[in-house]
Amino acid sequence: MKKFIITSLLTVTLAFNVSADTDGENSLSKENTPQVKDCFEGLNRATFSLNQGLDKVIFKPVAKGYRNLPSTVRTGTSNALINLSSLITIPNNILQGEFKTAGVNTGRFAINTTVGILGIFDVADKMGFSKYEKEDYGQTFGTWGVGPGCYVVLPVLGPSTVRDTVGSFMNVLGGDPYYNASTHGNNEYLSDSLYMKTKVVAGVDFRAKNLESIENLEKNSMDFYASVRSLYLQDRQQKIKNSNPTIEIMYEGDWEEVEPK
Amino acid sequence: MKNFLGYVAFLIIVFSSASKVHSIEPDIFIQSTVNRAAKTLGGNLSKKERVEKLKDIARDTVDIKGIGFYSLGKYRSGLSEKKLEKYEEVFAEYFLKSFSSRLAEYSNPEIKVDTKKKINESYTIVSSTLISTDSRPEVKIEWRVYTKDPKNPLIRDLIIEGLSLARTQKEEFSSIINSNDGNIDALIENLEKFITK
Repeated sequence: MKKFIITSLLTVTLAFNVSADTDGENSLSKENTPQVKDCFEGLNRATFSLNQGLDKVIFKPVAKGYRNLPSTVRTGTSNALINLSSLITIPNNILQGEFKTAGVNTGRFAINTTVGILGIFDVADKMGFSKYEKEDYGQTFGTWGVGPGCYVVLPVLGPSTVRDTVGSFMNVLGGDPYYNASTHGNNEYLSDSLYMKTKVVAGVDFRAKNLESIENLEKNSMDFYASVRSLYLQDRQQKIKNSNPTIEIMYEGDWEEVEPK
Repeated sequence: MKNFLGYVAFLIIVFSSASKVHSIEPDIFIQSTVNRAAKTLGGNLSKKERVEKLKDIARDTVDIKGIGFYSLGKYRSGLSEKKLEKYEEVFAEYFLKSFSSRLAEYSNPEIKVDTKKKINESYTIVSSTLISTDSRPEVKIEWRVYTKDPKNPLIRDLIIEGLSLARTQKEEFSSIINSNDGNIDALIENLEKFITK
């Protein structure tokens, strides 16, 4: 019943999200970069402040402590987390029609989990596998043409959009094999608490990798909230379009308005 | 006659080389700029000296005025000349402080220029890689170079791992102006506060 309610809620939200996007901001037709509305800016700013407070008291000190671990330990942890993320990436590769990439990522996961000892060593990289790109359900919805909807800041989890939040819910609705095995699998090695611990370590690992860049951004921003929003949305846009090189997603119109020096 | 032809050939070579010297390839321009910055960041300078040197590099190689106009976006059109002049002045100071402060944190950055792609008459994108170290992964950096005047290329944007610094700045400025009912004075005030902090 609970699952049914969540699924129904998500379906309605997604449907609303699709129409929100096609509802038509004029800017969409003029630019190739959709303007994401910050519909709940007041609430988002309040949540952002709460997250900054939590970051200052908990996440940043923990991330700093984590940085004191030997680099081999950090690299191994990071590799294992990336390897686990393949379990979400592979089904999304398939849903996006990227069957070849799904095959490569499956091979990578099999090698790294076995030869690379639960993903601690990235053996596949050494064997010359192509660069791994994470995919998630939010990105898949994006490639299917679902618009981002409003920008939201989630408590603890940080910046997102309605579409990406719904995408995250898909992980706990059967879309993440690691979650399924941890919560519903009958085995002695995996559990709910292990799944939660993995997510916390992933958060700490991310924060530790970005200690200086976040500090630098905060120091050099007049409106840190707006800077983070811009960077998050640019990053999602790029990931959804899988654009490489970046220039494919650049909008030239704004630059054309700038007069020559 | 032979001497005359030789003289003409000499003149042709001299002039053609001269025109090549004056036209700077965007990738060479970027490589020489990052080499200048790396020399400054890797040298035994005090932080203050380092910041001043970085500001000099920015003045020579970055189109600060162009970035300022871009960052202002649609709000630029309704401004009086006087207000625009004030903005330009404050923005230049803000930019130099922000730019040098961001870069001064790095030590010994090694950047390798990879490729260049001319996207239109005005712009060439130069792709480069910030080489990884023990504490930092490899970072892809793309440079938007304004090449309308090939003799004087200028940097207008840095795109780090796909994230445009100019666009981020533009959206930050827009947020400040919007939250102050479209009043550009609020932005100028914020820029001044940043300069003096």
